[in-house]
Amino acid sequence: MKHISVNVDGTQYEGEVEPRTLLVHWLRNDLGKVGTVVGCDTSNCGACTVLLDGRSVKSCSVLAVQADGAAVTTIQGLSTGDEWHPVQEAFKECHGLQCGYCTPGMVMSTVDLLGENPNPSEEEIREGIEGNLCRCTGYHNIVRSVERAAELMGGAK
Amino acid sequence: MTETLDTSTPLGRPIKRKEDAKLLHGRTNWTDNIQLPGTLHMAILRSPVAHATITKLDVTPALSQPNVIAAYGADELGDLNGSIPCVWPVTDDIVMPDFPSLAKGKVRHVGDCVAVVLATDPQHAADALEAIEVEYETLDAVVNMESALGEGSAVLHDDAGTNKCYVYNLGGGYDDVKAKADVVVNRRFVNQRLIPTAMEPRSVVAAPMGMSDEMTVWSSTQIPHVLRVLMALVTGIPENNLRIVAPDVGGGFGGKLQLYREEVLATQIARKLGRPVKWTETRSEDMVATHHGRDQIQDIEIAATKDGKILGLKVDLLANMGAYLQIITPGIPLLGMFMYPAIYKMDAYDFQCTGVFTNTTPTDAYRGAGRPEATYAIERIIDELAAELDMDPMELREKNWIKHEEFPYSTVAGLTYDTGNYEAATAKALDLFGMDELRAEQKQRRESGDPVQLGIGISTFTEMCGLAPSRTLGALKYVAGGWEHATIRMLPTGKVELITGTSPHGQGHETAWSQIAASILGIGVEDIEVVHGDTGRAPYGMDTYGSRSLAVGGQAIKKASENLVEKARVIAAHQLECSPGDLEFVEGQFQVKGDPEKAQPIGAVAFEAFTAHNLPDGVEPTLQGEATVDPEDFSYPHGTHLAAMEVDTETGKVTLRKYVAVDDVGVQVNPMIVEGQVHGGLAQGIGQALYEGAFYDEDGLPLNANLSTYLVPAAPDLPSFITDRTVTPSTTHPLGTKGVGEAGAIASTPAIINGIVDALRPMGVTDVAMPATPMTVWKTIQAAKGGQA
Repeated sequence: MKHISVNVDGTQYEGEVEPRTLLVHWLRNDLGKVGTVVGCDTSNCGACTVLLDGRSVKSCSVLAVQADGAAVTTIQGLSTGDEWHPVQEAFKECHGLQCGYCTPGMVMSTVDLLGENPNPSEEEIREGIEGNLCRCTGYHNIVRSVERAAELMGGAK
Repeated sequence: MTETLDTSTPLGRPIKRKEDAKLLHGRTNWTDNIQLPGTLHMAILRSPVAHATITKLDVTPALSQPNVIAAYGADELGDLNGSIPCVWPVTDDIVMPDFPSLAKGKVRHVGDCVAVVLATDPQHAADALEAIEVEYETLDAVVNMESALGEGSAVLHDDAGTNKCYVYNLGGGYDDVKAKADVVVNRRFVNQRLIPTAMEPRSVVAAPMGMSDEMTVWSSTQIPHVLRVLMALVTGIPENNLRIVAPDVGGGFGGKLQLYREEVLATQIARKLGRPVKWTETRSEDMVATHHGRDQIQDIEIAATKDGKILGLKVDLLANMGAYLQIITPGIPLLGMFMYPAIYKMDAYDFQCTGVFTNTTPTDAYRGAGRPEATYAIERIIDELAAELDMDPMELREKNWIKHEEFPYSTVAGLTYDTGNYEAATAKALDLFGMDELRAEQKQRRESGDPVQLGIGISTFTEMCGLAPSRTLGALKYVAGGWEHATIRMLPTGKVELITGTSPHGQGHETAWSQIAASILGIGVEDIEVVHGDTGRAPYGMDTYGSRSLAVGGQAIKKASENLVEKARVIAAHQLECSPGDLEFVEGQFQVKGDPEKAQPIGAVAFEAFTAHNLPDGVEPTLQGEATVDPEDFSYPHGTHLAAMEVDTETGKVTLRKYVAVDDVGVQVNPMIVEGQVHGGLAQGIGQALYEGAFYDEDGLPLNANLSTYLVPAAPDLPSFITDRTVTPSTTHPLGTKGVGEAGAIASTPAIINGIVDALRPMGVTDVAMPATPMTVWKTIQAAKGGQA
């Protein structure tokens, strides 16, 4: 077992993990951060996307031990729920989700995308969320949601 | 939406979804989130080969692995090794082989369940599978349907002695009309195998309650109610001791319309061990163990006069059942059977379907279930007939489709379409598409020999939704009914519980159902809580599939709401000292006609019904309305979809440049949700045309059973869509609704392929196989060139 210390959604957690433990499993099974979900076993779907020191990663492709000393933000730490993050607001406003299973990952990827490019074109949005699969929306309203989030976050128009 | 909205009620408005807050904050309750004390995690040893005799199976070495509590093969599980029933025996002589949860002596597809291990954590359960000693003596794999029916083929189910599951026939008279035809066109289309791939993998938790025979099963399922009946029948647990909960469910698309082996295993083992048992599939397990869809070979022939009047249609299907029959496997092609004649008038229709067993994952419902296959074949052959007649494909369609003034119309397949307006939907679609400009560009590219050719794909489709009138289901030998239930309770505080038998997994029922009830009860959408997906709280229902939830469940909500209002009216009249007939119900309150000052809000009536201090004689306390509705008929959404396809003739690369979808789904309760359903359906239909396909090698080994190689479309693979609706209300459904869940998936596949073929037709191309990958398209072009040389 390895000792790790990770800040998750603003709380510092200490843990003992098997070296093979994936970050997503540590988040879900040890910390109860079940808002972050698993959708595949080949790192294709992106449902498990979180921010690791501010950048999006697929938490199924990171070992928990690799997150030692880092800060992780999950969908559950993005906002309080009373005040929504603009990306969350935009996804609701533009009907950018249906079943909602890809949504935590899609939202976290969008946060990272807009951090890097505050005013992306449709093509840049589609390329930017390429690593996040959605089976419900056909992406049409997800693209609208990302555009709307960019607007809400003050991206040049 | 261009229609003027009636803003006095929430019905028809694009209200933002009530579901979204929790989904956007990760405060969800997926089955895999459920962690009960003492849970045992189940891992499954699956067959790595397609067809084999199990010559040795010893699970005992797994028992000495760390954290392992139990391990079972079929022998150890004994009577608890329940078999999956098929509830749609389509013919009297159908072959229905035993489908045990754990294989007995023989495995029949890669992914077949051989043994299970139960451990205190999922990792050790998975690790311990390695210790199980198993040996197989492989048998010839049966993969190709035509070979499966041939002499000398290996046979999957020895008792049956054949791989033929059933033969179903409908109609007749085609040969007579063919004799009169000037033109006959036939084609063989392959509607390839697809994997539903809901983003949430399947998961089940079965928890026994104390020492009793009570059991609660949480499952990522579309059908908690149907599951409860089937689970009771399979396990012998009394139905009234079983509670099935579908918590938040992350998509289904038909893939979770099932009773699965893993659900039975978890339940039976939880019962045997007296502890909760949990199983969550990996994605790679999902892709061999969750049922697949489509997989039909379609021989279709159409006969017409030289001026383009369709005389008749003949369809001969081979439908791949896979290795076993899941609950409605054999019936899927029959849902398509009715739809081959589609929107077209004709004199004769012959249909035959042969179900075939092969060493592949069982097939069953996938978005559209039989109807996409039918729509693909008819819309493709119409284009081929148009080419043969040298007629514009839209002109040929117009010449043969049912005119709007001809409804209700009885089709050659025996259905009666209540309403439709193909002219209106087509006119709107053509306008949005810019057909004339695109045809001009196509001509120009053809003349200049542009390496990138442009093609225009048309799909004027209809489907049958709202499964289903129970008598019709009975006539088709389906074992259950097609009704739906709703209970509406107004609580003493005026808040409403709307209990529905539908079971959403992304469709937004909580919002849309609230809109229906709120519009009748005259209260706010936010004052309604929709209760669903839990047989403990919503005991009656037939669940969600076949675009039935609004078409059938919506009727029950309407009727239950109206029943509630009628009971409230009697109480209000008593309080206002008038007769019920003197009251009108306006915006949530009962008013005396001609004296609106004398009024009683319905919330106050609910409180009176709760205290029961002053109810009229014979009126029972509490305020609720119930309804169980059996639909009068199916509903028939339709629409016109148009695709502009660019095909690079040098590389085979296909680009979907523009897609227009005008759908007529009748009255829309929430146009925002309707549009979202269309978008998602389009993505899946386009996925079939361009990207998706589950393939096996000759030994029955899956070639692409994971998300790296099975290409679910990603965002760059699709364009934005242009969508709109026409509204022709259904006359057989009291809300005027028809259903929208499957429309996009049904309509879009032929539009895409018709577009590709249209682009390449001058080169001699008359068909392109699906998925139309660059390699497939390039090879098709090369073959056509060779043919010309």
